[in-house]
Amino acid sequence: MNASVPNRHSLMNTTLLELIVRNHPGTMSHVTGLFARRAFNLEAILCVPQPDGATSRMLLLVANEPRLEQVERQLERLHDVLHVRHRPDLPADVFDRMAPAWSGAEAVAP
Amino acid sequence: MKLNGAQILTTLLERQGIRILSGIPGGPILPFYDALHGSSIQHILARHEQGGGFIAQGMARVTGKAAVCLATSGPGVTNLLTAIADARLDSIPLVAITGQVPQAMIGTDAFQEVDTYGLTLPITKHNFLVRSVNELLEVIPLAFTIAESGRPGPVAVDIPKDVFVATADITSWPAPGGRTPCARAEDAAITQLAALIRDARKPVLYLGGGIVHSGAADLARRLAETQELPTVATLMALGALPPEHPQFMGMLGMHGSRATNTLLEEADLLIAVGARFDDRATGKVSEFCPHATIAHVDIDPAEIGKIKRPFLSIVADASDVLTRLLDRLSPDKRPDWSARAAGLKARFPVYAPPRSEDPLHPVNLCRLLGDILPDDAIVTTDVGQHQMWVAQAYPVRKPRTLLTSGGLGTMGFGLPAAIGAALAAPGRRVVCVSGDGSILMNIQELATLAEHDLPVAVLIMNNAQLGLVRQQQQLFYGQNYSASHFHAVPDFAALARSFGVHGVRIESGDDAEPLLREALAHDGPVVIEIPIHDGANVLPMVPPGAPNRVMIDEHQPALTPA
Repeated sequence: MNASVPNRHSLMNTTLLELIVRNHPGTMSHVTGLFARRAFNLEAILCVPQPDGATSRMLLLVANEPRLEQVERQLERLHDVLHVRHRPDLPADVFDRMAPAWSGAEAVAP
Repeated sequence: MKLNGAQILTTLLERQGIRILSGIPGGPILPFYDALHGSSIQHILARHEQGGGFIAQGMARVTGKAAVCLATSGPGVTNLLTAIADARLDSIPLVAITGQVPQAMIGTDAFQEVDTYGLTLPITKHNFLVRSVNELLEVIPLAFTIAESGRPGPVAVDIPKDVFVATADITSWPAPGGRTPCARAEDAAITQLAALIRDARKPVLYLGGGIVHSGAADLARRLAETQELPTVATLMALGALPPEHPQFMGMLGMHGSRATNTLLEEADLLIAVGARFDDRATGKVSEFCPHATIAHVDIDPAEIGKIKRPFLSIVADASDVLTRLLDRLSPDKRPDWSARAAGLKARFPVYAPPRSEDPLHPVNLCRLLGDILPDDAIVTTDVGQHQMWVAQAYPVRKPRTLLTSGGLGTMGFGLPAAIGAALAAPGRRVVCVSGDGSILMNIQELATLAEHDLPVAVLIMNNAQLGLVRQQQQLFYGQNYSASHFHAVPDFAALARSFGVHGVRIESGDDAEPLLREALAHDGPVVIEIPIHDGANVLPMVPPGAPNRVMIDEHQPALTPA
């Protein structure tokens, strides 16, 4: 990742998927493992616990390719994944906007 | 009532209806073995955890119900992985329960610690690491529900030692887990499928393992009969229709017959039910069924469009779809298409020399076995040439009577799976057809077989080779026989006797039939070694990566290397 290219993801043909998952150890491995073993692209991932404590919300930046439908179906098949939906309403560069928050002195002002 | 985790697990398994499970004890799982000591559950002590896993698979494949295998932490788990992965690829309901080091030691590289959760994650339908004794009450029934519901598959449950010994006050037990019904197919989709069939001139029914899992073989047969649908089967669907059924064309794909693959070239409608367009079935997928509209019925939504994009897809249980489809279709005749199918079937039988000339030819042996065994006998195979000869020539007449490792293709599957089958189906004859390569991969289970004195016959086709490797090297690698010949082969009959199992060797030149009949007349375990010709090939064969119409057969014995 290079902070001097803030819109790297927005230059690619990507899309955002939102997952609601069971919040327990191992769920992240199930999701990332699926992408690795099925050779799907996963560009960025964010996971935040929900207020209920039982679930988490995940945001995935994935390649917008013909296989995306297959990716979604495989995700839906995971026991710990409760819900999968597209988030076209979110800005495509949402992950790039977040980057400055943790990149300290190198931060590029939004 | 105060019980420890091991006692709770035992009761939960009893409540699941588990009567037999297989495994090998070791440190962290010992508390559970202690609880099993007073249980009605029979434990089958395997001689290798992979054997234990395949014994459970044998039980599950025969009954359709989830079976349980056990292993201890570390090497017990790693040994078991192959059997779990195999269950995943063939959609077999399995609950693998493994011991783990105490939670306080997890992550410290403790003795016999391995990341079971991480290792089983990509090869299970779902996996659990149980973190408290109370979690067992939720996880164990759920494991069975996940294993048996929808598309069946293996579930791994890793239990740390401290969870086995921790106690809980149990006031009530959860309901046992089990298969939950899946969503019904939409009426409109079934009506559309009925219309496609009505309008098709050259439809083919393509059955996969899902037909067996769904218990829909009779429905598929009725559909084939009332609509005059020539029917092809994958390896996993053999037995859905008996081989002599007029609509049954046989297995498709790499070692299918020229008849099936030719018919699929001509089809205008392909109705795939419970099949996943596996590469061994389709050949070069872009050229599979080039003229056909594809309708795909599968219980697993992720199979739709994974390999081939269908015109119509229905995500539902095959039994549900076929029942309602039959209601919508009045009997139909397709005399030209049926005649074409029957003509192809008659023209391209599986090749074998006449029995009188070569009774020990593997295809003739498989047919002979079919003559001798009753229809309800269970045949298991290992993986290799013998497996394909069985698939081509042994008459599988009923679902769940051929148990074979299809997706993972695991050599070593046959013997332990046969033991599991014999345990799950008392009173039935079980025959494991194997090769001299495969049988050595789980030969230690002969000790388990001897211990339980089960009616399992192991027929070893011995060509002192990894035959299917040798065949590929002959056909595609310029006859460079690299590492495919064994220069030391055991005396299998003597080896069997050393395990306490009756051993027979049929010599070339012997009249195989009376000897085989005599060996199979035994009620107890027997190993029958039969030498086969070292040049025998499984034919026809589609070269890997080629379209299915490119078939090497007995008239064209070799191809130049690609």
